[in-house]
Amino acid sequence: MALDQSFVGRTYPPTDPYEVGREKIREFAEAVGDAHPAYTDPDAAKALGHPDVIAPPTFVFSITFKAAGQVVQDPQLGLDYSRVVHGDQKFAYRRPVRAGDRLTVTSTIEAVKSMAGNDILDIRGEVHDEAGEHVVTAWTKLVARAAEPAEAVAQADGKA
Amino acid sequence: MTAKIAYDDVEVGTELPAQSFPVNRATLVQYAGASGDFNPIHWNEKFAKEVGLPDVIAHGMFTMAEAIRVVTDWTGDPGALVDYGVRFTKPVVVPNDDRGAVIEVTGKVGAKLDDNTVRVDLTVTSAGLKVLGMSRAVVRLA
Repeated sequence: MALDQSFVGRTYPPTDPYEVGREKIREFAEAVGDAHPAYTDPDAAKALGHPDVIAPPTFVFSITFKAAGQVVQDPQLGLDYSRVVHGDQKFAYRRPVRAGDRLTVTSTIEAVKSMAGNDILDIRGEVHDEAGEHVVTAWTKLVARAAEPAEAVAQADGKA
Repeated sequence: MTAKIAYDDVEVGTELPAQSFPVNRATLVQYAGASGDFNPIHWNEKFAKEVGLPDVIAHGMFTMAEAIRVVTDWTGDPGALVDYGVRFTKPVVVPNDDRGAVIEVTGKVGAKLDDNTVRVDLTVTSAGLKVLGMSRAVVRLA
């Protein structure tokens, strides 16, 4: 089913703040096996000019993707999430995310396309701190794969 | 921002130190917990095969997290990263054996840009297949 083009440009309300904690950053850095001291040692982070430990570059995805959930699960949009795969991911950083940040995400649908039966959705997540300053923007491309041929036939039969 | 690499010391074609990142089932369970992505294709072999995958696959965001370490280890300051984008082209298949899989990452300077920034082009493979496409980072050097 093709998605509704009228959703292009739709912006969703900002999320409630996500408070970034030192131990959550440590947990993430350990999970990706990255021992860079700026992720766990405040003094090492300060030596690089950061006020507190910083998060690895992709840490913020957990926050922006959760925010994108309100788009993905919008019943009016009608995306079949069971068929969704992650196509592209991009980040533009004003500064690194750091411990103590209280981050809100504002999600916007940038594009809705259908190609070869696949539904393609581009979502932009603007991340701001408590002072309203921009921290990072995340672009996520989601692809809902076309239904299997057997299912497509079944659906066509159902409509006939 | 305190990158330890100077803009004037690099040129187009400068190679970054390559790295290999092992990943096994335990790695994926740990990443699922830390990231909050509990999609069963990343830990449940039966489910992965039912949806047409050859086996359990790594989170795309895990691979993206590993690939950028070639850049952040090179500059010394992860905060020097300006832009980072990838396309997920092939899954990293992680078998349930003693070895798991390995993500191989190489990078080289693709362009020198304004404001002491350079574009690094990354090549990311696993089992000989390119798993990320259009994998590029822009980083600010000293």
